[in-house]
This record gives sequence, structure tokens and C-alpha cells, in this order.
Amino acid sequence: MTSKALSNPLKRWRTMSPKRRQEIVGGYLFISPWLIGFLLFIAGPVLMSFFVSFTRWNIVGDPRWVGLRNYERIFTVDKDFIQALKVTFRYSIVYLPVTTVLGLGTALALNAKVKGVGIFRSFFYMPYMAPQIAATLVWMWMLNPRYGLINTMLGWIGIEGPNWLHDPSTAIYGLMLVGLWGVGRSAVIYLAGLQNIPQHLYDAAEVDGANSWQRLRHVTLPMLSPTIFYVVVIELIGVFQTFTASFVATGGGPLKSTFFYMLYIYTKAWESLRMGYASALAWILTIIILLITMLILKSSPMWVHYEAEKK
Amino acid sequence: MTVNQSHVRSAAIQERRLPLYFTRNIRSYLVLLFLAVLFLTPFYWMITTALKTEAQLFQIPPAWIPNPLAWENFTQVFKEVPFARFILNSSFLVTINVAGQVFATTMVAYGFSRFQFPGRDVLFVILLATLMIPKQVVLVPQFILFAKLGWVNTYLPLILPAFGGSPFLIFMVRQYMMSIPIDLDEAAMIDGASRWQILWRIIFPISIPILVLVVVFTFVDVWNDFMGPLIYLNDPLKFTVSLGLSFFQGAKETSWQLLMAAALMAMLPPIILFLIAQRRLLGGIAAAGIKG
Repeated sequence: MTSKALSNPLKRWRTMSPKRRQEIVGGYLFISPWLIGFLLFIAGPVLMSFFVSFTRWNIVGDPRWVGLRNYERIFTVDKDFIQALKVTFRYSIVYLPVTTVLGLGTALALNAKVKGVGIFRSFFYMPYMAPQIAATLVWMWMLNPRYGLINTMLGWIGIEGPNWLHDPSTAIYGLMLVGLWGVGRSAVIYLAGLQNIPQHLYDAAEVDGANSWQRLRHVTLPMLSPTIFYVVVIELIGVFQTFTASFVATGGGPLKSTFFYMLYIYTKAWESLRMGYASALAWILTIIILLITMLILKSSPMWVHYEAEKK
Repeated sequence: MTVNQSHVRSAAIQERRLPLYFTRNIRSYLVLLFLAVLFLTPFYWMITTALKTEAQLFQIPPAWIPNPLAWENFTQVFKEVPFARFILNSSFLVTINVAGQVFATTMVAYGFSRFQFPGRDVLFVILLATLMIPKQVVLVPQFILFAKLGWVNTYLPLILPAFGGSPFLIFMVRQYMMSIPIDLDEAAMIDGASRWQILWRIIFPISIPILVLVVVFTFVDVWNDFMGPLIYLNDPLKFTVSLGLSFFQGAKETSWQLLMAAALMAMLPPIILFLIAQRRLLGGIAAAGIKG
């Protein structure tokens, strides 16, 4: 493709053979479902959302331009915004490390070369396939302070279980269990990463006298770090969108202790019908996710080991 | 990264290898069993609760196997809420979404994998970039769009986007089609087949293994979707199983035996589908995870 041809696409089009033209038109026709869907349902809405975030709009009337006032309010007087951020961060800071360790641990267990391991893999993945709402209901009942299984079992070892979802200090951990129940999904991705680690590295380590902890520390984890990186980013984006469990089980309570950011966007948009304000909140969340993802990306040379780079 | 250089006599390892193998396996099984108990207990608790009478529900200590088994809980769910209607609604949405998704992803993936046209690679990068767009940014404006069109409380907002194809599924199918030899297309072209015919008569049948994954992913996504129906539907007779479940929960806060029976029924379709397709599915997820 020469720059001259590029500068005059019309002329180029005229000099093309009919076959080439057909190829171009055909290509665009075949991808048109996606292209139209993208323009209508993604690109259009994203641009519109940006515009709407500078307005006051309850959908029924016309949007009223308010400039930066939504953002200003959010950053200066909005206590719910601070609370939603706090809850979301507090949750992520505990949830992300726990889910990573659990996911890795489960994957390591599944990586055992023993018969019947496939059945276990299915068992562990199954909870992730259940509808979020059904999983949430199950855990609400599991965590019932009086009749739930968790507190019953804690009772066996003489511990009086907390009120879980009814107590502002434990509600968030109760909801975490719903998320952790789905850890099988990241375990399966880790497992695939584990199975891609060449056996000869382990053999070499064993010859060098490395014990199993050293093999984990110096072979498995470095080789798996690109996969860990990928899963952590995916989990991070997911965590910031936590909604269903808190919406159904606690409604953000008690005392707003489970008032997740996504729940806040939902209440602003669909309960107060403040579309402009909700759009501004959504953009702020997106920027936060972007910043954290970039932070992880920037830190990755310190801990992510790419085999291809060394060669 | 190299391994710690401390040298241990290889004879010591040799000597230990056989008993080590057995103890290691026993340990593996014990760990796996322990994890299985952790993962499966909530299912067990749900099933037994679904089979308890109200009196057994509040028994301390709780019964592990309810006696008698209260099978009537399952029929009771259908009497308390229009659960059959919810199932029908969900099935309808799943069917249309699967059809739309299979049609669109096949067509678009074929376009990206078999045509040479200016802008193709840029568009494909844009397609991949849309995977990164957080859904909360799109949710509000999409709602405004559909509300202005008067589509709130209809299924259109829950159906139409499927006919554009999901970027992730298009990517997956496109990768698969790239591995199908182009000679097949060329031979058919010499025989006078059009691109449209080549796609549906030759490429489509070969792509069925990957399209099975498209079907499973779409089924599970649509069946489990909660926020979409929550935002767009307000007539209880139009509710899906997921949304109906939360509606039921709001109305029947304490009838846990009925709630668990309903939750169990809501879980069954995706879990059964998963168990049928699990080999291919888990392989696919892993591959997508590694390459993505």
C-alpha cells in the first residue's frame, strides 16, 4: 500500500479489478453484524455516556448541560461516593490475594498426576457455572446466624459464629464467600498454565537437589507469572463490578458496609434516575480501574517472567 | 531463573523415589478430597434444605438427611410464583441469543479470517479492545438508548446485541477458522461456489467443535444474566429465572426450603450443560485464558 494510493482512495478504487472490489465489499458485508453492533451498542453509547456525564438528566425530559458540576459534587460533598470506594477497595484488598492463593492452591492440587483428577476439576468449576443469584441465596442460607451450616460447624468447635450478613463488621466477608466459591474458574486457567511448564525444568531442579518448596518458588511461580498476571487483571476488573451478591443479600447494608461502587451506580441510575450523575460515576470507576491496571502492568517487569524475552 | 545450586547426592533421591511416589499420591488425593468437600458442601446444603419441611428447617442441630423428604417443595415453588413462566422466558431468550450469536460470530469470524480488505487489521484490534471496556460505562447510555426507543419492558434490549456477535466469541471462532486450510475455500471457489455458500456448506460444518463452545458460553451467560433483566424488565410475567429468583426471595424471606428448591432448579440447566460439555469447555477456557 503506497502513500500515494492511500491519499486518494477513490482513484484507487476506480483502478481496481472488479474481483478486488468484490473482495473488499464482501469483507465488509461479512463483518457488518459486528460493525453495526459495535457502532450502535458500544461506540455510540460510550461517546454518549461521556456527554451525558456533563448533564443533569432524568431520561424523561431533555438533558441539561451542567458542565463539571457532577464531578465536582462527587469529589467534594458526596459521602456515598467515598463510602462506595471504601467498601470496594476494602473488599478488593482482601479478596484479590485470597482468591489468587486459593486459585493457585487448587490448581496445584489439580495438577497432581493421579487418576480421576478430571472429576475433581469439574467439581471445582461447577460453582462458577451457577447463576450468581442462586449462589448468593445458597450462601445467605449457609450463613444464617442461627440455622446456617457455617455457624453450626463453628459451634462444633466451640466458637460462637458471628451474625455474618447482619453485622456491619462481617457482612463483607460473608459476600466474599460467594465470590470465592467461584474460584474454580481461575484455578482452571492456572492449571493450563501449570501444564505448559516444561517437565525438564523440574527434572533439572530435582537433580540440583531442590525440595518441593524450592521447585515451587523457583520454577513454578516464575513460569506461571504471566498467567497469574492475566488472572489478577481479570479478577480486578470483575471485583470492581461486584453487584449481584450485595444487591440481593444485603442491599448494601447493614450500615452501608457492603455498599459496592456498582450498587451505587445502580441506585443513582435506576432508583433516582440521575443518568448524568451515574455516568460520571461510571467514568470515574473506569479511570480508577485503568490506573490500577496500569500500575500492575508497570510493576509486571518486577515479577512477571516472560520466557520469550530471554531468548 | 535458575534453581538453587545446593547439591544433594542423587543416590538419596533414587533411594526415596518409590515410597515417595505412593505417599505423594495419597497426599494428592487427601488434598483433592478436602477441596471437594469444601466446594460441594454448599450444594449438599442446598439440596437437603430443598427437601426439608418447614419444621425440619429450624431444627437444631440440623438434620443431614431430612426425613421425610419433602418433595412437595418443588411443586410448591410453581404455585407460589409463575416459575414455569420464568423458565419459559429464559428458554426463549437463550434460544434466540444462541441463534443470533452462532450466526453472527460465524459470519464475522469468516469475514476477518478469509477476506483481504483495507482497515481489516485495525478493526480487529478495535474488536479486541472492546473486550476491555468496563460494562458499567455502557450500561447507562445503552439503557437511555433503549428507553428512548420505547423498548423498556420488552425483550429487544436483551436480544438485539447478540446479533452483532460477542467480541470474545468472534475472536475465538476466528482463531479456529485461521487453522482451517485455505485450500478448501479455493477448491470450492474453482467449483463455482460463492463465499456465502463456502461459509455455510464448508467452513461452518468444520467449525462445529468451536461453535459448540459458542452455544455453551451464550447459554450460560444469558441464563445466568441478572443485571440485564433487572434493568429492562418490570412486568413479573416477563421475568427470567434469575430475576424471578430475586423476586421470589423478596417475597418469601424465610421459606428457605422453597428458595433452595428454586435455586436448585435455576442452577440445573447451566450445570448439566457444563457437565456434558466439560471436557471441551475447560480446554477452551484454558486456551482462551492463556492466549488472551
